[in-house]
Amino acid sequence: MTLNPPFAVAPHLPLGLAPKGFLGRIHSICVQDSQGQLPAAEMERRLIELGFIEGAQVQILHEGLFGRDPIAVRINGATVALRRREAMAILTE
Amino acid sequence: MSDHPATKDLRFALVGAPNCGKTALFNALTGSRQKVGNYSGVTVERKSGQARTPLGVTLDIVDLPGTYSLRARSPDEEVTRDMVLGQRAGEASPDLLLVVIDASSMRSGLRLALELRQTGRPLLLVLNMIDIARWRGIQIDTEALSQAIGAPVVTATSVRKGGLDAVWARLDALVSAGIAAPLANTWAPPSAADLRKNHRAADAMIAAAVREPEKPDTLTTRIDAVLLHPVAGLLILLAILFVMFQAVFAWAQPAMQAITTGFEMISLVLRQTLPAGLLSDFVQDGVISGVGSVLVFMPQILILFFFILLLEDLGYMARAAFLMDRIMGGAGLHGRAFIPLLSSFACAIPGIMAARVIDNRRDRLTTILVAPLMTCSARIPVYTLIISAFIPQREVWGLFSLQGLVMFALYSAGIAAALGVSFVAKFLFWRRQPAPPFMLELPDYKMPRPRSLAIGLMTRAKIFLQRAGTTIFSMMVVIWVLATFPRAPLGSTEPAILSSYAAMIGHFIEPVLAPLGFNWQISIALVPGMAAREVAVAALGTVYAIQDGGAGSQLIGPVLAQSWSLATALSLLVWYIFAPQCASTLAVIRRETGGWKWMWVTFFYMLALAYLGSFATYQIAVVLGAG
Repeated sequence: MTLNPPFAVAPHLPLGLAPKGFLGRIHSICVQDSQGQLPAAEMERRLIELGFIEGAQVQILHEGLFGRDPIAVRINGATVALRRREAMAILTE
Repeated sequence: MSDHPATKDLRFALVGAPNCGKTALFNALTGSRQKVGNYSGVTVERKSGQARTPLGVTLDIVDLPGTYSLRARSPDEEVTRDMVLGQRAGEASPDLLLVVIDASSMRSGLRLALELRQTGRPLLLVLNMIDIARWRGIQIDTEALSQAIGAPVVTATSVRKGGLDAVWARLDALVSAGIAAPLANTWAPPSAADLRKNHRAADAMIAAAVREPEKPDTLTTRIDAVLLHPVAGLLILLAILFVMFQAVFAWAQPAMQAITTGFEMISLVLRQTLPAGLLSDFVQDGVISGVGSVLVFMPQILILFFFILLLEDLGYMARAAFLMDRIMGGAGLHGRAFIPLLSSFACAIPGIMAARVIDNRRDRLTTILVAPLMTCSARIPVYTLIISAFIPQREVWGLFSLQGLVMFALYSAGIAAALGVSFVAKFLFWRRQPAPPFMLELPDYKMPRPRSLAIGLMTRAKIFLQRAGTTIFSMMVVIWVLATFPRAPLGSTEPAILSSYAAMIGHFIEPVLAPLGFNWQISIALVPGMAAREVAVAALGTVYAIQDGGAGSQLIGPVLAQSWSLATALSLLVWYIFAPQCASTLAVIRRETGGWKWMWVTFFYMLALAYLGSFATYQIAVVLGAG
């Protein structure tokens, strides 16, 4: 897994790198094909289904013990748990 | 189109996102008229039941697994899709879809409703848990919403008396007016663009019809600050599990005592009324000693299910998955596997079926493979019997009972074995595949409703009693016959059982199991124990009752304490941690994995672990002087 592309488009911080307490808006969903087991298009659909959509406000509420992973984020009035690795696809502003 | 055939009940299907209170609504609609899931065989993936409207119309209600989209990503979502689209073989397609939407968080439900609209089937939107939404200060204009989506909208509180009045009234109105015939189905799996469009449309509807409170409710977030705390959260999870297992042991005692006393009294009355002979023997040794020794464990099993249902209703289960994700990930398990594995503590069969929520095949298979290692409630009778006979009732550090600690150790051994096996499986079968994603909605906390808890417990009790009345009873008849015939020759001084078929079979298997310290009585008990683990206890009860010459009501525990060594007892405990002693679990694995391969993999790895574990335990215990 490479972390380069999201950094390249800074200042859009990937949610996967944001600290606990982070509050921001989603700029775009940008799934890297090499990132996980699911095809990028499927991963994108799942993120949208959970409410990760451009313009939505997102806040990191909690994080796990080991590697500060997974994270629990507040999105659209719901709380969603996901791993930081998947959260890399969510670019914030 | 009001001329539906009067002979066939209308079929309405409940569809909704996960955690929208669908099952509570189903329970409220169907009351006690629902079919209990039958774990021995066929379909548990969907529940159905009958509802009777105030005007007396009978409806066939189907409860479907929760889903965010008809675009099925896991086997349980496929059930929902095929059912909704009427593509399920041998199933009538639903006449109307009841779209259940969580009134306090409507976005995903509305998006699903928009998708369902494309199937052309008539919809009725049910805004569920409206009481919680109102309490949070959310105001919903159902008229405006109904206009926007083009389908009737009603509100409901499934768990309150009278909370379904609006739903019933609307159902009656819809049925009297006649359910429209379905329009053409234009549904196709939505693309990311479609989902975005639907999401925006749902946002627009919410903006038009819903007034959110100015100050959002933060109770869940505040509770989570503690329960999801990196360190405190894990400790609390551990404490919850510990309390759960102590409770299974301690709280159940009075009720178990009462059941035992009850059976002793029945036995006494029968002995005085029935003439001595075969019939009396059969009732005493076969029915009372056999079935009775299993029924005694009902309180423990219900307490275990009480905790699991309570944690589910509270909304804690998803949190547990969140806390455990990294820990289980190290062993090659998905965080989501925590829920199926925790239900496997009750019974591996619903646990294995719950693994359907895992969309990834590799994770699903690993979970299924290790689920039978979790200590299911059928092991409780075996564990309790042996522990109470061999482990002294003593307090440790003035806090815990030694027996409870041994029980906890047995549960821990099961968990450790499950983690170990999944770790090995990860390396054996899927070393190269990257880890699949973990994404899970954490529902807001809700107060569990006593009524829905009661329905859940009643269902479990019913299943248990059915099993005791059918499987266990019929196995006991077989065991009794085997242990009674052929009768001992006249003038024989040995116990009659030694000349029976049971002794012959037991002696035949004994050499294989002798290195584990098992005698022929255990060997014979393990055979019917394949039907269900707890049958082994009943079988031991019957075998020893007959052997002792019909002292039927005598407790089996003290008898075992006299006739087994501690090494044998420990070895049998270890055997039961691992052994694949449950034919229905194996059958369900075959069905859920779609083939024999994984069933045999499970059977042989568990058998190997059991044999090796028991062998080592017995031999070491003998060396240490417990033989």
